[in-house]
Amino acid sequence: MATTEILLAGFGGQGVLFAGKILAYCGLMDNKELSWLPSYGPEMRGGTANCSVCISDEPIGSPLVLTPDILIAMNQPSFDKFVTEVKPGGKVFFDSTLIEAECDRADIQLFGIPSQQLADDNNLKGGSNIILLGKVIKETNLFSLDVMKKGIEKVVPASKAHLIPNNFKAIEIGMNS
Amino acid sequence: MERNLMKGNEALAEAAIRAGCKCFFGYPITPQTELAAYMAKRMHKSGGVFLQAESEIAAINMVLGAASTGVRAMTSSSSPGVSLKSEGVSYIAGSDLPAVIINVQRGGPGLGGIQPSQADYWQATKALGHGDFQLLVYAPASVQEMVDFVVKAFDRADKYRMPAMILADGLLGQMMEPVSFPEINPNAYDKSGWATNGHKNQREHHIVNSLYLKPDELEKSIVDRYKKYDIIKETETDAELYLTEDCDILLCAFGATARVVKSAVNSARELGIKAGLFRPKTLWPFPVKEINEAAKSAKTLLSVEMSMGQMVDDIKLAINCSRPVEFYGRTGGVIPTPVEVLEQIKRIGGAL
Amino acid sequence: MAVVFQRPKSFIDIPTHYCPGCTHGIVHRILCEVIDEMGIEGDTIGVCPVGCSVMAYDYFNCDMIEAAHGRAPAVATGVKRTNPDKFVFTYQGDGDLAAIGTAETVHSATRGENIVVIFINNTIYGMTGGQMAPTTIPGQVTQTTPFGRDPLLAGYPVRVSEMLATLTGTALAQRVAVDSVPHIREAKKAIRKAFENQKAKRGFSLIEVLSTCPTNWGLTPIEAIKRLQDEMIPYYPLGVYKDVTEGVFAGLEGGNE
Repeated sequence: MATTEILLAGFGGQGVLFAGKILAYCGLMDNKELSWLPSYGPEMRGGTANCSVCISDEPIGSPLVLTPDILIAMNQPSFDKFVTEVKPGGKVFFDSTLIEAECDRADIQLFGIPSQQLADDNNLKGGSNIILLGKVIKETNLFSLDVMKKGIEKVVPASKAHLIPNNFKAIEIGMNS
Repeated sequence: MERNLMKGNEALAEAAIRAGCKCFFGYPITPQTELAAYMAKRMHKSGGVFLQAESEIAAINMVLGAASTGVRAMTSSSSPGVSLKSEGVSYIAGSDLPAVIINVQRGGPGLGGIQPSQADYWQATKALGHGDFQLLVYAPASVQEMVDFVVKAFDRADKYRMPAMILADGLLGQMMEPVSFPEINPNAYDKSGWATNGHKNQREHHIVNSLYLKPDELEKSIVDRYKKYDIIKETETDAELYLTEDCDILLCAFGATARVVKSAVNSARELGIKAGLFRPKTLWPFPVKEINEAAKSAKTLLSVEMSMGQMVDDIKLAINCSRPVEFYGRTGGVIPTPVEVLEQIKRIGGAL
Repeated sequence: MAVVFQRPKSFIDIPTHYCPGCTHGIVHRILCEVIDEMGIEGDTIGVCPVGCSVMAYDYFNCDMIEAAHGRAPAVATGVKRTNPDKFVFTYQGDGDLAAIGTAETVHSATRGENIVVIFINNTIYGMTGGQMAPTTIPGQVTQTTPFGRDPLLAGYPVRVSEMLATLTGTALAQRVAVDSVPHIREAKKAIRKAFENQKAKRGFSLIEVLSTCPTNWGLTPIEAIKRLQDEMIPYYPLGVYKDVTEGVFAGLEGGNE
């Protein structure tokens, strides 16, 4: 497998960095090389947040993702800003509750699901990011469901272990949507 | 060995504790704050001292005090804070004390920015404070090297009784990568001949001092220190040579930039351009032997840095300007991209 | 024949570099007497400042560290935190403690660092040749206040004992003088108390010592003593400004232990 470059972007508080961390831990559980790089600074405080994740069989070069293979966009500005940067053949996953996808590129695939709505409907507050991850593993061969579950178990701190089943449920909803 | 996923800043802290660091004195500054936070959580539990000082100046002087008693001590900061520490670093060097200083660099000058930078190369390698002195400077390029070099820095600082610096940057500090912690059995260096920890009426009193009012005495102390530096220059250099055997263009980069450059070198090779990478792991001492080995077949050298060009000077000196040395850099917190670097390689490749 | 007076053992028997009539020697001596009487020379680490007492490390027989200008309390903090059972003192002048090192002084006090700070207040920078100090009295002529210190231009002096007495971490703040035998005996008692505080882990102890600088004041030693009595003591009243006998952390639990 060549390096898969993933960019996650959204508002601060939507769990963009956390979703990225889950992917990173999946890489760890899957014995891959990987890197996770957050944007940092004042933008963490409720502004835009994004994070770069690289998964590979080879050592990772630059951990900064500028032209992603996979874009996970959780708000309109992020979608608009990064959809033009996606590599040809790349895949874009976005929350259609919050994003109107205007894109005339024919060389990429768009997967919009109403993840925010689905999270609300299923009483999974703040689960929109995880629902999108479910869609990612369904539409790509990045990780198996088994690895994804292991990644979630690893990243959720022991003090919040009771939230693991909800995260599994969110993955399932994403895979089925 | 078990792989953990950690931020660079956290890995630096954990490695220091495992290397026998018994006290950490620091002051908050982005982008190294996770290091201090980690120390605050772990240090007391491991029987050490964590103290948030009132300033960077106080922090480095607390390190001086702790190091004077023979204890492994460390402080960390980012560029503007390291400038404040420069006074203390000079005193530590002048007093022949071991200590480890971390610089998770950000853009300068002045308050600058908070994004990654390598513009403190000169400060670290040439003039981190007044007077004739050097400190060991290690440049990690991965979270794993953050661990390995901290362990080494503590060891060599003790061995040579001098300050050692980890010159990292915001990208390395903030990123997470898999990291393993080797079994660490820190060498025990005998400090009983100089440590000021109370003489118990069993020896002469010790004095930790950098003041010599008689010029010939000060000169002798410095000349003696430089004899030690000569040994270090012979024995402590370290570098990675990547695809340099047959290279026409030798790229030179350290730290996070070297990762970007390595990607560009790989792309260049795919295009049939013979590019190679020289990555110094020690910035002082600069790996002179190693770069000359790496540059054997090179027609042109290209230094890539997150600055306006600082290491490039050492490269010219190291190869005695025997080949053209070009420079490409981004600064102010902008990280060069592999595509940009590849363009530079293609430009030079076309000219060869 | 019984010995009734001798040099303290912890006071190394070499000539000092201090000017004739300077009172540093008196303070060194009573500090060493305390160290000897408590039998703690082998467990004491001193930290010197930058200023006239910069070379005091050559005079005290305990382990000594020479700090950068103003940083002695930070250095002492590093020593004490790693060696909590040792005795640690700093010996600092007014420029060192109350100008360039104000932050280190205030914060080591407010943290309740369990150290002793001996503060020599002679209202002038001695080592550099007689410039205005943070404690220079209004009207006092120095090299950098040639027409006398004018508060409108140079501001007011700092009263260190009073200032540090306001901090919770300060266990003892006392101003003494070394102008007369009774005052010298008082000063020694205060220094002893500061070290006893450290032994009992009571917190930060400051002893401010009003001292003379005949050379830079342009006075004879006897005139200098008179100036101390007539001008300094009225401006810097002697006395105990804070004394927390039960210690500044009494009743608290936690910490590193």
